[in-house]
Amino acid sequence: MLTGYVIVIASFLYVGLLFAIAYYGDKRADAGRSIIANPYIYALSLAVYCTSWTFYGSVGRAATSGIGFLPIYLGPTLMVVLWWYVMLKMIRISKANRITSIADFIASRYGKSQLLGGLATIIAVVGIVPYISLQLKAVSNSFSIILKYPAIAAPDSQAAIPLVADNTFYIALLLAAFTILFGTRHLDASERHEGLVAAIAFESVVKLLAFIAVGAFATFVLHDGFGDLFARATEYPQLQKLLDFSGSSINYTSWASLTFVSMLAIMFLPRQFQIAVVENVDERHLNKAVWLFPLYLLAINIFVLPITVAGLMHFPAGNIDADTFVLTLPIAHQQPLLTLVVFIGGLSAATGMVIVETIALSTMVCNNLAMPLLLRLNVLHLHERADLSALIVGIRRGAIVGVVLLGYAYFRLAGEAYALVSIGLISFVAVAQFAPAILGGMFWKGATRRGAICGLSAGFLVWGYTLLLPSFAKSGWLPLAFVDHGLFDIAFLKPLELFGLRGLDDITHGVFWSMFFNIGAYIGVSLVTTPSLAEQIQANLFVDAQRDSGFRRSESLRDSASVAELINLVGRFFGQRHTHDAFEAYALQRGAKSARELSADADLIHFAETLLAGAIGAGSARVVVASVVQEEPLGIDKVMNILDEASQVIAYSRQLEQKSRELEIATTELRSANQRLQELDLLKDDFVSTVTHELRTPLTSIRAFSEILHDNPALEPAQREKFLGIIIKESERLTRLINQVLDLAKIESGNAEWQSGEIDMREVLEDALSATSQMFKEKNIAVEMQLPEDLPLVVADRDRLMQVMLNLLSNAAKFCRENGRIKTGIARERGNLRIDVADDGIGISVEDQNFIFEKFRQVGDTLTKKPQGTGLGLPICRQIIHHFGGRLWVVSTPGQGAMFSFTLPFDGRPAVAPPEAGLAQRYGT
Amino acid sequence: MQRSGIHGQRLIAIFLLGCLLFNYPLLYLFNIDYHVFGIPLLYIYMFVAWAVLIALTAAVVERKSD
Repeated sequence: MLTGYVIVIASFLYVGLLFAIAYYGDKRADAGRSIIANPYIYALSLAVYCTSWTFYGSVGRAATSGIGFLPIYLGPTLMVVLWWYVMLKMIRISKANRITSIADFIASRYGKSQLLGGLATIIAVVGIVPYISLQLKAVSNSFSIILKYPAIAAPDSQAAIPLVADNTFYIALLLAAFTILFGTRHLDASERHEGLVAAIAFESVVKLLAFIAVGAFATFVLHDGFGDLFARATEYPQLQKLLDFSGSSINYTSWASLTFVSMLAIMFLPRQFQIAVVENVDERHLNKAVWLFPLYLLAINIFVLPITVAGLMHFPAGNIDADTFVLTLPIAHQQPLLTLVVFIGGLSAATGMVIVETIALSTMVCNNLAMPLLLRLNVLHLHERADLSALIVGIRRGAIVGVVLLGYAYFRLAGEAYALVSIGLISFVAVAQFAPAILGGMFWKGATRRGAICGLSAGFLVWGYTLLLPSFAKSGWLPLAFVDHGLFDIAFLKPLELFGLRGLDDITHGVFWSMFFNIGAYIGVSLVTTPSLAEQIQANLFVDAQRDSGFRRSESLRDSASVAELINLVGRFFGQRHTHDAFEAYALQRGAKSARELSADADLIHFAETLLAGAIGAGSARVVVASVVQEEPLGIDKVMNILDEASQVIAYSRQLEQKSRELEIATTELRSANQRLQELDLLKDDFVSTVTHELRTPLTSIRAFSEILHDNPALEPAQREKFLGIIIKESERLTRLINQVLDLAKIESGNAEWQSGEIDMREVLEDALSATSQMFKEKNIAVEMQLPEDLPLVVADRDRLMQVMLNLLSNAAKFCRENGRIKTGIARERGNLRIDVADDGIGISVEDQNFIFEKFRQVGDTLTKKPQGTGLGLPICRQIIHHFGGRLWVVSTPGQGAMFSFTLPFDGRPAVAPPEAGLAQRYGT
Repeated sequence: MQRSGIHGQRLIAIFLLGCLLFNYPLLYLFNIDYHVFGIPLLYIYMFVAWAVLIALTAAVVERKSD
């Protein structure tokens, strides 16, 4: 029945079936009638998450930690609910940027960095290759067990089986061949592998059905349903602990941390990213996947505990490894068909994982390790080789074979080592290190390349130290001492109790510290570094991806290259025909008739880079395009545009500065004008009050004496005459004052009427002297005259000049002593006529010399002597002289008389506006 | 495609509900030695809660599908 041959043939037939399905799927896809463009296929293909670790390992885990096998399925259930935010965005970003792997995503986000891509690839390879080995080990074990049917024995150790007889080796080779055939049909890795996805979906169905079959068998055939099964279990007290959280089974902290880690693993395991993002056909498929996939997980887990319990009940403790219960239970009950079905189920679980992981890892290795190395070493001789597409395909295929063989080798070497059997969760934590860089990169524009590098490196190192190395030590490959005593015997650095953190299981401990350092370094370094231009561009593309579905790249400083060169370059990697088609399609899209009409702008370069990225990864694509484009200088007009814009902005801001400065100046001027006005205001008040006072004084006298005369009709005639005389004199004084005020006001305001004519000064002087001769005679003052002949005529107003002369002479007369002497004279002086009037009175002190020219000011003791004049005479004279372009001043020494002089130019200049014109203007007149 | 905010909010609520249902406080409550039809209570709770979560997600997502 179930002989060796049957089994072997069955297995190879099964793999053959996979080939057939894949082939059919691809054929349908090429014909345009895809079979996988359907949300159910998408959801089923996501179930590649369940590997042989699920198929066999869940039961094994349940046997030791009871319900603790469940968190790694609950995590994905929870995470998938959030996919509407996270996964949708990831898919959109990846489609837009032709991202083909996790490493590519990270590299692309952080400025198309080759370093980051390489780092991510190394982390993925180190974390996942042992996981692949685990699958191969499961295959080998299941082969070994089933081949012994109907006997049950532990699987043979690998060392015993020579390579050529090792079925697993052939399975591995077949898987590599399958992957090569159906995973590298197209050069552009961003194109979907429809056949492959169809095969994976098929495998998901097979393993689900197989598991349910054996579960149903254990529950309903071996027992009478769940109730019966668990009731029987109560007879075995040691089984009780499996059914709850007590005792040796899982604790709540581990539960939570496993849930958390699996939440990240469902997205960042390379095979999950490959299926969920890269192979996604239509983002609307997410809708179904979001609940169908958890439903699958639920279905495949319902029977785990029943199988475990049944197995533990059937096989006394210790003999049979619980991992194998799914297989050994049917064997033990003589069920050949079921056994075969289970075996095939396990085979599908393992092969599915290997195929998808291999594609994912080989893409990463090819694009992020091989290509950069080749480019750097210039082995490709880019300028010589015409067609590199074959080379790239070759590299990718080589990488596939390499990854599979590496997995096989590790499996052979590790054998039963702890380092292999425990690798499942350790791998989960490894891929969890991608979470900060990717999730952060999708939502935070401030994340920088250096932050990502530091975060990833820190997380990876801590992961290696707290999880990977201890597993090696527990396998005997490294001295155990460093686990027990810490590195260099420093207890603080014990890998399982880092920095003294105790009480956590290994995985939780590792998760905590690796995430701590990863996130800490990522955020910390990102905050202190600034993103480069390339990073900023990519950050915008990624973070804003949800909003703009028809995103157009903004202008950025790029070199220019000719279109033909670009097409040629891309063609060398991509295949000439493919490239030509792609560019023609692009040209049509842009409205040009053919690719020849395209202009080499930033958009075209981006398109070329993106196209190339599908083949060799974003980082390498950028390097390649840059290498061609570098020789050309920057387009001068592009630079000018940018400079122009910048200078416009600068000019505008200068204008603003200018305006604000002008505003300041205007304000200052206004302020000082206001101040001056206020001063003048005060002066005006002064003037008004003084005038009022001066007017009031004589009026008071007039009134007073008038009243006396009125009230005292019987006054003596002599008295009456005296009083009347005073009244007359005061009235005259008042009249004089008023006239003078009006005069002054008129002159100051410029409203005075000037009648200019040619004047002979001599004549004026003589006339003035005769007019004032009476005053001189009264005081017996002698008058001297010095009047030269031949004086030029001046242009002035005769009456006004008379006014001045009269004023000066009468002043002189007033202040002269009795029997004094007055000297007058006219002289020529530098284009002016100078007229002097000197007396020998008491003189004027220096302070008073300026004083007397001010309005209403009079010299003399105002307390003891009554004012003799109005105080306006001299100011008026000064105004008059100024009007005709001359000066009026006084020279005097106290006690030795005073000499008043004024000058008049020969050609009387027109009036210069007197300083207080403004004030007078306010009062009109 | 556009989805309204309420759609996303509901999904977040389901996520939070799931976190609550499957972690310490509630798990502790159901961690008792009680059998329903012979089946341990915790076991039933797990799978029933899980199914409910899936059903809620399906309801939100499917109703909103264009």
